[in-house]
Amino acid sequence: MPNLAPADWLILLINGFFMLTAGFSLKQAMTGSREYMQAGRKLPAWLCGVAMLGASLGSQEVLGMGAAGAQYGLASVGFFALGSIPAMLLAALVLVPVYYGGSSGTGTAGAAPRSIPEYLGLRFDQKTRALNACLFAAMAAFSAGIALYAMARVFAALHIFDRVANAAHLPPSGIPLLAIALPAAVVLTYVLLGGLAAAMYNQALQFCVMVAGLLPVVLLGLKKDGGWGGLKAAIPANFLHEWSGAAHAGSSPMGIGAIGLALGAGLVLGGGAWCADFRLLQMAMAAKDVQSARRAPLIAAAVRVFVPFLLILPGLIAIALPTPRTTVLIHNENGTIYHDIAVVPPAVEAGQGLVPAKADASTGKPVKGADGRAVLDYAMATPNVLVQFLPIGMLGLGLAALLACLMGGVAASLTAFSTVFACDIYQAFLAKDASDQRMLAVGRWAAAGGMMLAIGAACAAMRFNSTMDAMMLVFAVVNAPLFAALLLGALWKRATGHGAFAGLIAGAVAALLHHGLALPRGAQPGIHGGWIAVLHHPSSQMALDLGTAAFAFCVSLIVTAAVSAFTSARPEPELMGLVHSLAEQPPANAAWWKRPEALAGAILLAAIAVNLILI
Amino acid sequence: MFYDARISMGMLFTLMGTVLTAFGVATHANTAVYAKCMGIDANLWWGLVLLVFGVVAMFLGRRAQTKLEKEKK
Repeated sequence: MPNLAPADWLILLINGFFMLTAGFSLKQAMTGSREYMQAGRKLPAWLCGVAMLGASLGSQEVLGMGAAGAQYGLASVGFFALGSIPAMLLAALVLVPVYYGGSSGTGTAGAAPRSIPEYLGLRFDQKTRALNACLFAAMAAFSAGIALYAMARVFAALHIFDRVANAAHLPPSGIPLLAIALPAAVVLTYVLLGGLAAAMYNQALQFCVMVAGLLPVVLLGLKKDGGWGGLKAAIPANFLHEWSGAAHAGSSPMGIGAIGLALGAGLVLGGGAWCADFRLLQMAMAAKDVQSARRAPLIAAAVRVFVPFLLILPGLIAIALPTPRTTVLIHNENGTIYHDIAVVPPAVEAGQGLVPAKADASTGKPVKGADGRAVLDYAMATPNVLVQFLPIGMLGLGLAALLACLMGGVAASLTAFSTVFACDIYQAFLAKDASDQRMLAVGRWAAAGGMMLAIGAACAAMRFNSTMDAMMLVFAVVNAPLFAALLLGALWKRATGHGAFAGLIAGAVAALLHHGLALPRGAQPGIHGGWIAVLHHPSSQMALDLGTAAFAFCVSLIVTAAVSAFTSARPEPELMGLVHSLAEQPPANAAWWKRPEALAGAILLAAIAVNLILI
Repeated sequence: MFYDARISMGMLFTLMGTVLTAFGVATHANTAVYAKCMGIDANLWWGLVLLVFGVVAMFLGRRAQTKLEKEKK
């Protein structure tokens, strides 16, 4: 296990110091709720884009992509990682300008929605807004908690905070709590001080730290394995076909091919995140004008094309390396016999490559699955590779990178929670005539309250291991139906408030039903699905989760459209600027290669090229 | 007043790069430290990369900031 040297701590401290600095130096600028919740709507496009990308790479995504790389291999995972690109382009070209609203950064906030629920309120009606605001607030707090827990688990497994805990005379059980509380305190401090602006400045900073920490690991790992070809040769061949084999086993309920299922589900997942999730969209909505706002997802997409290499390769490298074994070296020097014993915990030995098996908390023995093989703890793939390759000094940077993705994700959830609570719950329904200073205070209190909820969720996740698995279900219940409602709302003038409200509820119910009626092979009914009755067996948890989200999306789309057709639409003048066809079109006088459409096309081509390389 | 984010980004990476480079130079002869990464002095080389990135970012940020402040006046 790594022993952190003073050099590592210095790097970690510098990183933490700069995160707090952003909060302190932006404190003076926080004069009103608009500054606090929307960064004054005056940030440049590149900052919004990089911050969006950073927010989309929280701890679950970073650990999860490494895990998926180790579990399913590069070709199939690259597909999913790039699956969000079309959604990002859709957001940039169609949806973000509508969300951003007509007024520019310097204008009045009149017609410009401050949040996605507020957009729903303007486009549809107040009940849709209230429903989505409550669901979203719950999801944001919950996901922040899960992100805290996911990373605390890694830091506890790497024994990073053991010394700090010892110095503070904490019992061993306090170490995960410390790993939750420390990053949480830093995030809360800068969010309270600098609001969304501080979160976004730090997001951009931390994205760079993440690249700086993970890129050398990938380079060193590739060098160790002898380059790209060497890496491919070093991976056990049967390992990479796990996903493709499973996908062909007739997993799709309606006989759609695996690729079709993956494509559809990838679009729904990507769309749910990039076109509907306010945690990401708040960053685009803080841009200084509508052109910058629509460029933000494009910039994020252009960088995102190359991110899979950075995040998935560590997982592959972990699988390709030899598994550590307990070794006894006996050597004979000058007649004396030395026994050199390197002890490796049984859970690590039972693993594959550098991916350890899940260890039983009480005995430390590897956990066995239904098929008798050890259950692997894939989330440890990326952290273990980091520790394996980085020397003292760089190790601090690598750990800072892990902390960076954690804090970025949590901060984005927190600012989104605070904005939605203050604007769409407090101001909309509790105190309609709250003053701006009052809103600022409520925003800050909401951020503090959101963090308390998140820490509660993190502690719950620590008690009940399966809480983490609920994240995908929450996404399917909240975001997938929302994506459908927003898509129809922004593109179709006839979509009505009753339709959207019915669609959101129907989609959520459909997600719960689908999840309750299907169970992956070899899993226990419960949080993994099948808690109503088991009617159908998807091939893997991934297939179930994707299916649930896709099903919820489709149901929501159909119900919204059907109910809208039978209810009366709002007159067109009321929808000015809220529907794509009635929104202000950007001036078309720029040269064709400067226009967002051309940039979007170039990004799409790049994404396809990268996918071809991976396959 | 919002400042240009590249300034703080540049400062962070300049500082980190300096620390890593200095540490890399100090431990350059120590093979035990670099056994993990095949004998490459990763601190030194990556520290230099970060240093260059930091200085460039800081320069760009400063330039944009002064331009902005001039426009304000």
